[in-house]
Amino acid sequence: MKYMLLVYGAEDAWTEQERAECMEESTELCHELAEQGKFLGASPLHPVSTATLVRVRRGTRLTTDGPFAETTEQLGGYFLIDVANLDEAIAIAGRIPAATKGTVEIRPVFELAGLPQPAGK
Amino acid sequence: MTEKPRMDVHDLVSEIYARDSRRVFSTLVRLLGDFDLAEEALHEAFAVAVEQWQHYGVPDNPRAWLVSTGRFKAIDALRRRVHSQDVREQVSKRLDELSQVNAERAAREIEDDRLRLVFTCCHPALSSEAQVAMTLREVCGLSTEQIAVAFLSAPATIAQRIVRAKSKIRDAKIPFDVPSVQEFPQRLESVLSVIYLVFNEGYSASSGESLTRADLSSEAIRLGRLVMELLPDPEVLGLLALMLLHESRRAARATPEGDIVLLEDQDRRRWNRTQIQEGKELVERALASRRFGVYTIQAAISAVHADAPGTAATDWGQIVALYDILLRSAPSPVVELNRAVAVAMRDGPAAGLSLVDNILERGDLAGYHLAHAARADLCRRLGRTTDAQAAYERALELAQQEPERRFLKKRLAEVV
Repeated sequence: MKYMLLVYGAEDAWTEQERAECMEESTELCHELAEQGKFLGASPLHPVSTATLVRVRRGTRLTTDGPFAETTEQLGGYFLIDVANLDEAIAIAGRIPAATKGTVEIRPVFELAGLPQPAGK
Repeated sequence: MTEKPRMDVHDLVSEIYARDSRRVFSTLVRLLGDFDLAEEALHEAFAVAVEQWQHYGVPDNPRAWLVSTGRFKAIDALRRRVHSQDVREQVSKRLDELSQVNAERAAREIEDDRLRLVFTCCHPALSSEAQVAMTLREVCGLSTEQIAVAFLSAPATIAQRIVRAKSKIRDAKIPFDVPSVQEFPQRLESVLSVIYLVFNEGYSASSGESLTRADLSSEAIRLGRLVMELLPDPEVLGLLALMLLHESRRAARATPEGDIVLLEDQDRRRWNRTQIQEGKELVERALASRRFGVYTIQAAISAVHADAPGTAATDWGQIVALYDILLRSAPSPVVELNRAVAVAMRDGPAAGLSLVDNILERGDLAGYHLAHAARADLCRRLGRTTDAQAAYERALELAQQEPERRFLKKRLAEVV
């Protein structure tokens, strides 16, 4: 069963030093998951100030800057894992360093039949 | 096969249904991996039992027979449903898994299945309302209508809650299992809080006309017994004790008209001694384990009341000491308030009032009607009628439940 772990948090909650440590620990966690065959992907995201929103309405593409609302918690990164069940996903979510300051949302992945293999193996 | 006269079969099946249907259901959920399929299979198995046992006699192990029959009925149902190639593959995989399972599992396995069911229904990934509805529906076997009546909700609301919870269990893959050792304490806590919530909903409804809804309380006690039988953890004992000790006062805590009778005014001869005895024994066992927690401490407090012939003869010193222990393990303003009331009984109303005022000044309980009611009562005892009146008025503004409002109005009328 695949789960997407979405990591939300306040972007200003981290010092540069803490951020660097968080990335390092997260990388270690990914390696551990990979050894267990549970790792499908993970990445931090650039701050929400770099975000661009696209909508298509009546066939016209609208491109705008940034988030709609000034919410305190922003999507800051994700993990994609393959584990037996939700309990295992919860256990892993609890070990994500950023969970100590923010929130991890666990979403089971809807398996859509007929999708191609991702690029780059 | 045992020889049984035909007359008995209906009664026997009803009896087995009442006693064992939830056990059989738990095992079917594990074998079939689906709540709805298991429920259907359960009913079909009992329907077949009524028919077949009349003609061929009652099997030696009816429970195993029901599990096995339910399983085959479910396999039939799955085969009938198969349309697409994809589903056919899934089904044949599941059937392979099923054929490897020996339906005549040991009794212990079936008991484990009941525990799995409890933990799954109380999984923290479900909302607290969903945990309660799922536990009452799937573990206790209450109907959606019964749950709706007990919680003063529309049956459609409860039904939707259950459907959503089942979808989440299926789609997010909440495992049908007993949690691992590391997770166990936290997961047990969520099971116990569901049971206590059900009990309290029955013992003092959060709003509405009726003060008690006894059915929910006895259902919670039954659940507590079930979990204790499966898992004799000290806190399980403590919770069961707490519920029994509260329940023992049911007959005395309200008038026939549904008005509140305070602990100090209750006719203690009407307390249920059998429940008190059982509750006290459980508290002692839990305390002796030295691994007890908040439920056991609260039960111990309740046991001190149960021992006393009246309010004046109550060992308030011991009650204050127990509240101190409770505050250390689970600090909360409500516990502080209860402690303050006990202090007032031990040292007099002035000592209690200064503690209550401290709590109220911090603002933690400013919106809690019982905090103002406690202040009002202490002021009344001190003869400070104007303060008492103001505090009763504030409590009345905040109180939701009709019997509590009637009680506060009566008290207010007495001090004005």
